[in-house]
Amino acid sequence: MKGRGLHVYAICYLLFLYAPILLLPIFAFNSGTVIAFPLKGVTTQWFVQMFENASMRKALFNSLTIAISASVFATCLGVFAARASTRFEFPGKGPIMGLIMLPLVLPEIIVSISLLVVLLSIGVQLNILTVILGHTLICMPYATVILSTAFNSLDRSLEEAAYDLGETRWSAFRLVILPLVMPGIISSLLMSFTISLDEFIIAFFLAGNEPTLPTYIFSQLRFPKQIPMIMALGTMLVLMSIILLTIAEYFRRRGIAKTGAKDTGGFL
Amino acid sequence: MATGNRSQSAQGLTLIAPPLSYALLVMAAPLLTILAYSFLKDGYLTVIREFTLENYRAVWSDPIVRTIMLRSLSVAALVTLVTVVLAFPVAYFLSFVVAPGRKAMWLFLITIPFWTSYLIRVFLWKVILGYNGVVNSGLKTLGVIEQPLGFLLYNVNSMVITLAHAYAPFAILPIFIALEKIDRSLLEAGRDLGESRAMTFWRVTLPLAMPGVVAAALIVFIPTIGDYVTPALIGGGKIPMIANMIQSQMLDLDNRPLGSALAVTAMLIVAVLSLIFVALNRRFLKVRQ
Repeated sequence: MKGRGLHVYAICYLLFLYAPILLLPIFAFNSGTVIAFPLKGVTTQWFVQMFENASMRKALFNSLTIAISASVFATCLGVFAARASTRFEFPGKGPIMGLIMLPLVLPEIIVSISLLVVLLSIGVQLNILTVILGHTLICMPYATVILSTAFNSLDRSLEEAAYDLGETRWSAFRLVILPLVMPGIISSLLMSFTISLDEFIIAFFLAGNEPTLPTYIFSQLRFPKQIPMIMALGTMLVLMSIILLTIAEYFRRRGIAKTGAKDTGGFL
Repeated sequence: MATGNRSQSAQGLTLIAPPLSYALLVMAAPLLTILAYSFLKDGYLTVIREFTLENYRAVWSDPIVRTIMLRSLSVAALVTLVTVVLAFPVAYFLSFVVAPGRKAMWLFLITIPFWTSYLIRVFLWKVILGYNGVVNSGLKTLGVIEQPLGFLLYNVNSMVITLAHAYAPFAILPIFIALEKIDRSLLEAGRDLGESRAMTFWRVTLPLAMPGVVAAALIVFIPTIGDYVTPALIGGGKIPMIANMIQSQMLDLDNRPLGSALAVTAMLIVAVLSLIFVALNRRFLKVRQ
């Protein structure tokens, strides 16, 4: 039977990919204070401890503020970029789109350090606004890719029909195009939100004294006593990411079905 | 039609202006600032506006920089090799074996771990490989070993495992896309002309998949070089990579010109290596289906 060996290999590979994530809840509910086998008993005390922790709540609040703002900004910018690149030809299109997609491959340390140096030298106070600035930049390429797929599968004759029926350019966009790409927009918002929520390097350098969830986790990793609580926090974060991604995937597929295109799968 | 074209470009440019200005302002301008800083002199806590090549001389002649740079390059190269070799069969499986209706589900399953917190995944490898970690305590409970294995953590191998795990989906997606583009009738032609299945793979499938492999290698190699978290956590801070060095020069030592020269040098090396890599694979990239 062709592909049997490959099938087994692929499943082993998935196990390797998921191994760390599967361990997370095991230790989050384990009553032992040391992260090791054998397991002790089942407890929810780490979750209780987590929710009672004031600095954790502050970090959570900061992270949510940053993620919501960055995902909205990145998606707005992404709508412009995706619409321009899928509908119009203009001089310098290749290099311009390349520049917009560049944060995807640029090491984050370079992005964050260079932005940090500039912000410090013009005397900007580091706070969550500066993190939003950075996160919007790194989310923008992802938003652009997702939205380009949505805009690309649009049938241009629908837009032309709207013009023929007397709609202006703006009202045609609002009444015809926007509803059709809406699933793509929701998908882009959710993806950007997830990226921002989990992002560490930029938040680490640009947040000043404001903690975000990842930087809070990083600061607590030095204290062995805090590790079980961090495992509980990690479980929550991973769960949140998976739920958001599943919703994003649902909307992406619905968007493709809506415009009648064939599903090619994947985000890239 | 000429006016139509002009208004087309005008509309396109108007639309692209907001994201373009954002990228210019928040990314390009800071990168140029770093480039400018790298040619300036360092005063104590300030930057003296005077042109010098001293920073580059210092960076290029420093044996510590050379060691760390070589370590970053070899770790990144090893991670790229491991990731791409491990990912290729999975991408092949997805493209050739999985039924079309189930491909999206498989891709989704593979990308999920990638979207979950990078920091937590790296930390979990520390938990797995650590002195009192999952592997050691598990093996001890089973009675396989008496003493914990010390060689699992705080070395280059553990960094390679962690990074290869972190970048796995990055490698699968481009290879999968390249494999999907292959015209299946070419493979049938290969078989019909008497090639064995292995030879068809070697002479038809692999060359046609090379653009994906090259893209995968670059997508893994470039960010791995600049990785900060893994050396800090898994390497225990004792085996820094170039990102950790840039950070300590820029912030802890507050020598921005030298830190900038280091960053620019690192980017140059990565760019040159990437170009060489693409040039070496030119033969494959020219093939268009």
